[in-house]
Amino acid sequence: MLASALFWVFAILLIVSAALVISARNPVHAVLFLILGFFNAAGLFLLAGAEFLAMILVVVYVGAVAVLFLFVVMMLDVSFTQVREGLQRYAPVGTAIGIVLLVELVMTLGGLGAAMPQAAAGLTATPTHLSNTTALGLLLYTHYVLAFQLSGLVLLVAMIGAIVLTLREKPRARRQSVARQTSREVADTLQLVNVRPGQSIAELGVLRPLETPPIPSIPDLIGATASALPADPTRDGSA
Amino acid sequence: MITTDNLVTLALTVLEALAILVPVLICVAYATYAERRVLAAMQWRKGPNVVGPFGLLQPFADAAKMLLKETIIPTGANRVLFLAGPMLTFILAMVAWAVIPVNNHWAIADINVGVLYLFAISSLGVYGIIIAGWASNSKYAFLGALRSAAQMVSYEVSMGFVIVCVLLCVGSLNLNAIVLAQRHVWFCLPLFPMFIIFFISTLAETGRAPFDLPEGESEIVAGFFVEYSSMSFGLFFLGEYANMFLMSSLTTILFLGGWLPPLPFAPFTWVPGPLWFLLKVFFCIFMFFWVRATFPRYRYDQLMRLGWKVFLPTSLVWLVLTASVLYGFHLLPHAQV
Amino acid sequence: MSRLDRAARSLFLGELLAGMRLTFKSLFKPKVTINYPYEKGPMSPRFRGEHALRRYPNGEERCIACKLCEAICPALAITIEAEPREDGSRRTTRYDIDMTKCIYCGLCEEACPVDAIVEGPNFEFSTETREELMYNKDKLLANGDRWEPMLAKRLELDAPYR
Repeated sequence: MLASALFWVFAILLIVSAALVISARNPVHAVLFLILGFFNAAGLFLLAGAEFLAMILVVVYVGAVAVLFLFVVMMLDVSFTQVREGLQRYAPVGTAIGIVLLVELVMTLGGLGAAMPQAAAGLTATPTHLSNTTALGLLLYTHYVLAFQLSGLVLLVAMIGAIVLTLREKPRARRQSVARQTSREVADTLQLVNVRPGQSIAELGVLRPLETPPIPSIPDLIGATASALPADPTRDGSA
Repeated sequence: MITTDNLVTLALTVLEALAILVPVLICVAYATYAERRVLAAMQWRKGPNVVGPFGLLQPFADAAKMLLKETIIPTGANRVLFLAGPMLTFILAMVAWAVIPVNNHWAIADINVGVLYLFAISSLGVYGIIIAGWASNSKYAFLGALRSAAQMVSYEVSMGFVIVCVLLCVGSLNLNAIVLAQRHVWFCLPLFPMFIIFFISTLAETGRAPFDLPEGESEIVAGFFVEYSSMSFGLFFLGEYANMFLMSSLTTILFLGGWLPPLPFAPFTWVPGPLWFLLKVFFCIFMFFWVRATFPRYRYDQLMRLGWKVFLPTSLVWLVLTASVLYGFHLLPHAQV
Repeated sequence: MSRLDRAARSLFLGELLAGMRLTFKSLFKPKVTINYPYEKGPMSPRFRGEHALRRYPNGEERCIACKLCEAICPALAITIEAEPREDGSRRTTRYDIDMTKCIYCGLCEEACPVDAIVEGPNFEFSTETREELMYNKDKLLANGDRWEPMLAKRLELDAPYR
């Protein structure tokens, strides 16, 4: 009684929120309705006794994927009116695809009982002696281990692809090297020099940090600037 | 069909829920007070000590203040979502308590995917923040929401791996079974690095210092709740602290042996289980305060580096190591139904 | 520090633990807070608080309406109007200080040749409305009467350094 009432609540809410996903004017609202849809789907899974799937749906889709959707939609400021412009033109194509999917679904469900009684039994029977997490694990890592690993690989390739496509090497960008920062010590960066009054520290050769690559010697530099620039009485070469 | 049976069940459920939510809310109220006192003490200050003896009535004074203030809704805000954000945060922080076992089989719902349920609920916490940040129609709130979204998604990944490590040792997703599996040794000892990673990730997940970038009052004013006032702010506040308690309970259950006494003999076994549970949760909460008093806020890129480049590889390696050790020494637990 | 030492320190979170040790130790340090409304910190005789207009011991007001304070006030907080009194002495008919403008620099009391306008020790004069912070002559004289013993003492204490 309660279960069937809940089923109707979840099912109706799911369909309504799904409809609102595609009809909401504001893209952020659309994503929020999508999340509501995910929730109701999770509720349906729970009613069907698939609590593991329900939780995974919430963790993965609602907790991570939809967050990123929302993130992107909020950041990009998508204009839905612009997206809608092509609606009339592409409507037939969309309808056709929808009809094909619907027919396929009906055929699968209708033909399942007759054509594949064993498969149907496997789909419907609830293993009584196992929790469905265990049952799922047993299936995934025995019969379907190849498919499971392959789908994992596909995802890995997709991830690497995305990284390769977006990663830009910036040779001039300065990056933080935490190891270098934490291993920095006083002796590497600071040198105490006894400078007599009137003496230039350039004469002592300590203008730059000690670890930088060799630079042209100071007298050379002074000579170069002196020859390149007109004589400047205020410049004393050490500045 | 509404029958007396149904009504009795309903009443019992409500009572059960109240039996856990009322203590949680009292703990949350006093956590705000305790935090202020602990932080003050660590900074050589006194903290609130005026309202009531030792300032013990301070939480009630704060609550009264928040309830009596005006709820301001900015003109540009999306009214419905603006009010839904804090409610969502608070409700999510509350519903998670349904599966927390404070003693052997003392949970409202002893479901067999308890860990996943908690993980799902904690990963939803980010929605309250994102919705609030977006609905406020303010740049600071929005920046806070974006930071929060990226931060939570990043740290959930390594948290997930840590949880999987524990699950490998237990062989069940049931929280009760997880605690019972620690009869001989708490998981914080064999999985010590994971314990540390998990604790730090919970700091990030609850948005507490040093990972309080979504709030970041010195950079983005107050982050996602700049525009909030009175009780809508109060709900965020309560939600944050309730989440802290939730994460502490999760840490307690996963690593500190839940309601089990530290050593299974006389003086320790006299103390009842729920009290042990409470003590461990309070210890974790104290750690939250202690960390907040000690460390400055991370920079955002440091936060991301820590999550993705340190925690993720470490937890992955440790996961493989745990699995190998369990497999190699034939210690893998049998699947529990 | 050797490389190994450093690696071990960062691996075992040495610096973090050192920090946490420090905060834990300060948990038990004596508190430095003053319990403010019940306890107050020491105050210098030069403290510049709420203004007051002083009187001579015979009750005659000190201010001679020279307007030096009005002239020197950098915040333009002081407004003075003056007329000869019936007995021919020059006195103010109006002496207003806008306390919301005042920056408590103390230049008015420095400028005053007769020690009439002074900044007293009182810093707890918050009000519920802005209007109450527009001080007039009556308010300032009342302040002077109220704080006179302390004002005289402060001037005396500070005199050797002037």
